[in-house]
Amino acid sequence: MHELSIAVSMVEMAAEEAARHGGVRVKAIHLKLGPLSGVVKEALLFSYDVACEGTPLAGSRLVVEEMPVVVYCNVCRAERPLASIQYFCCPICDTATPEVRCGKELEVVALEIE
Amino acid sequence: MMSTPRLVTVRENVLKHNDVLARSLRGRFRAAGVFAVSLVSSPGTGKTMFLEKTLAALQPHCRVAALVGDLATDNDAARLARTAAPVRQITTGTICHLEAAMVERALEGWNLAELDFLFIENVGNLVCPSSYDLGEELRLVLMSVTEGEDKPLKYPTIFNTADLAIITKMDLAAAVEFDLAAAQRSIQAVRPGMHVLEVSAKTGQGMDAWLQFLQARRAESGGRIAEEFSIPSKAASR
Ligand SMILES: [Zn+2]
Repeated sequence: MHELSIAVSMVEMAAEEAARHGGVRVKAIHLKLGPLSGVVKEALLFSYDVACEGTPLAGSRLVVEEMPVVVYCNVCRAERPLASIQYFCCPICDTATPEVRCGKELEVVALEIE
Repeated sequence: MMSTPRLVTVRENVLKHNDVLARSLRGRFRAAGVFAVSLVSSPGTGKTMFLEKTLAALQPHCRVAALVGDLATDNDAARLARTAAPVRQITTGTICHLEAAMVERALEGWNLAELDFLFIENVGNLVCPSSYDLGEELRLVLMSVTEGEDKPLKYPTIFNTADLAIITKMDLAAAVEFDLAAAQRSIQAVRPGMHVLEVSAKTGQGMDAWLQFLQARRAESGGRIAEEFSIPSKAASR
């Protein structure tokens, strides 16, 4: 499980950002998370509370936006969201495609501060 | 008085630090002409024996070295050191994967320009290593015939982020009634077009095909090819 070290990096990053904004309080971190990031949402949420303990972010929330895996289908010539990450085929025409366009996100997109 | 919360846009990759380091490692490997290969698998896949045989086979022709990630013991590194290739242990302690910074530290004092291949054996784990770029040129995922044909479906992320799948312990395939076609289907479902090699480090089955694949990929990446190896024209590329 590597979610704890990832949570710790997020908390550190947010604390630095808060300091840059003049010592504001971070109420929440908004994160985009793709299924191909290798990070499990539940484990990350649990680790987040642990990582926040004793830091300026104690009591803050982690808001996770789960992203779909989007592949490019060569037959449809279009980007398509996968129905399952166990099956990398176009959901419309069933053509296999290894071309991942989106789904690896592990990205802090915003901080809620006050 | 309570102030109203406001949103500040950040847009920052959480693993940015690792990604930046990995990119710089990749640049160093390329500049030095060393082809870096990482290996990931569950514990007990036979990854160390596979690497031991690979190092031994390459060594008469090329300059090879290995970094071995392990939670605590140095058994794997000690075993690989028998091949006479330079081997360094990376003890990760409680960390269940390698990170670019650990690779960078482990390389201190090595002259990369004196190497043709660098192998990086990750900690036995099919989950955590998938998040971390190590600057490698080729990522192998290994599964043994004893692990079940649906392994890729259980760990789609690591199979999707790998460049080559290696099925190990093929000498046991018949005994465990391993269904190669089913394993192929599972791999292709999570990584269409993935090149798959079947090997037995014990009997040597498939090792030539693997070594040729390796040399061909290195040649494609612009590295020199050891003359002793004949390169099949297109067979090794995916
Ligand atoms: Zn399609």
